[in-house]
Amino acid sequence: MITLSNVLVVSTLLFGISLAGIILNRKNLIVLLMCLELMLLAINTNFIAFAHHYADLAGQVIVFFVLTVAAAESAIGLALLVVFFRARQTIRVDQLNSLKG
Amino acid sequence: MMPFHFSDFQFFLPEIWVAGAVCVILLVECFDFKEKHKWIYGLTQATLLGALLLTLPLWWMEKRVVLNGMFAADKLATVAKGIIYLVTAMALVYAREYVHVRNFEKSEYYVLTLTAVLGMMVIVSGAHLLSLYLGIELLSLSLYALIAMRRDSSLALEAALKFFVIGALGSGLLLYGISMIYGVSAHLDIRSVAEFAAETSESRLMLMLGVVFIISGLAFKLGSVPFHMWVPDVYQGSPTSVTAFISSAPKVAAFGLVARFLMEAFPVLHGEWQQFLLILAISSMALGNIIAIAQTNIKRMLAYSAITHMGFFLLGVLVGTGQGNAAALFYIMAYVLMSLGAFGMVIFMSRAGVEAEKIDDFKGLNAVHPWYAFIMMVLMFSLAGVPPTVGFYAKLSVLKSIIDVDMVWLAVVAVIFALMGAYYYLRVVKTVYFDAPGKNLERFVLPPRDLRVVLSLNGLAIIGLGLFPYGLMLLCQQVFA
Repeated sequence: MITLSNVLVVSTLLFGISLAGIILNRKNLIVLLMCLELMLLAINTNFIAFAHHYADLAGQVIVFFVLTVAAAESAIGLALLVVFFRARQTIRVDQLNSLKG
Repeated sequence: MMPFHFSDFQFFLPEIWVAGAVCVILLVECFDFKEKHKWIYGLTQATLLGALLLTLPLWWMEKRVVLNGMFAADKLATVAKGIIYLVTAMALVYAREYVHVRNFEKSEYYVLTLTAVLGMMVIVSGAHLLSLYLGIELLSLSLYALIAMRRDSSLALEAALKFFVIGALGSGLLLYGISMIYGVSAHLDIRSVAEFAAETSESRLMLMLGVVFIISGLAFKLGSVPFHMWVPDVYQGSPTSVTAFISSAPKVAAFGLVARFLMEAFPVLHGEWQQFLLILAISSMALGNIIAIAQTNIKRMLAYSAITHMGFFLLGVLVGTGQGNAAALFYIMAYVLMSLGAFGMVIFMSRAGVEAEKIDDFKGLNAVHPWYAFIMMVLMFSLAGVPPTVGFYAKLSVLKSIIDVDMVWLAVVAVIFALMGAYYYLRVVKTVYFDAPGKNLERFVLPPRDLRVVLSLNGLAIIGLGLFPYGLMLLCQQVFA
């Protein structure tokens, strides 16, 4: 039997992994985008678990909205990535260092 | 389910109007005709004017929550929307020539500005955690693309990427907080969440966990310490016209977010979130002021000044009284005017191929254009909080509301930081008035008349509102009456 807390543990782990990925990753911007996606998926898991627990539809509906937003977000993120690569010939995170002070 | 009445339409007519106008402008863009961008610019300004006319009557109506509890039409939303239209229209006047001579005047610039405005309208009218989230995303996604409009500038692209990553992280944290609150209360609309929070005692801790995530998300959006890292980079890297927009209208929307999330949804947890805001506010004022002193780039200096001002604004919020909220709203309104004017001056000093980003570029402005030197002085005095400007009255009303709840030590700390801030603002005034005219002024090109007129009005409004602040203050107090 899978209980609510089982699902919450998984979603919290996913959230933690994505957060760690965003903070620790110094190499690749694509990995960063993947971590952002993972973060939203962890939140979706949370919503679905709660919606199932309460037998409430609102939590399931919110997931669709979040999925749509996540798709739009990764589209813009990848577009930014492409124009950035054209300008700098690199997508390393530690090369994002011209602005500082 | 609440029944839907056709008379409810009037409450969200401004949003429908802006969304419709975005579609029309996108269609106009498909045709090819003479001076297309001028027409599209005109259409954009007309859209904002029309939205203002549609929003005005709502001021006199009772608070209503329509669309099944998704959308609130109240005084807060009306005032915030009015300010957003005004500020956006001014930012577009500043932007028109700037984007034209730099060859990125595309219709998308105006369309993205309008979608960002739509996102802000949804935020300030949000009565449901989902509509707040969608508003935030609509605003943020438009802003990411707006910054990256200048594709030939690698600095702008870097700023856009940084803003994207941080912004997405901030919304992620916020949404995680929302999911926590949903998990505890099984509600998503703000009124039910507030009712649940008032009744429950055993799930207070879980609610608090959600609120912590929401506050960190809000701090990302506001750009207050410790989530401020993006502000200087984005302000510096973005094209100045976009910086002027980002630094103004979204701050009003951020106030709407704070009002909906903290003041409306969790007034019962005030004692708890006050502690968080206290730390955010004090550290923002300290860090912003200290690092701003070392800046030579004026956009970067204004970014650190924005961090400081957000700290001061949070002081008004954490008081938790109606007067404190009104003072915070007044502070935000004053701040967006000052910030817009300051970036307007940076645009004023720039010309094709030359970005006047260094403080040294303002050297000796008084010798060449004394009137605009005066405007710059007014803006800097107002940012520093010197009477008789609006910045002084804004700071005064925030401090007064702090002292009214017996947090005198906090008021003393705030005044000390405000004094520290005076140093780097007055340095700009000194550069403008007492230095010999620099190289930038030798081949200076006066910007078009509409920019000069609006910039002058902006400066005069700051003095005018500083001398007669009571009308605006009364407006702010009625919002929280």
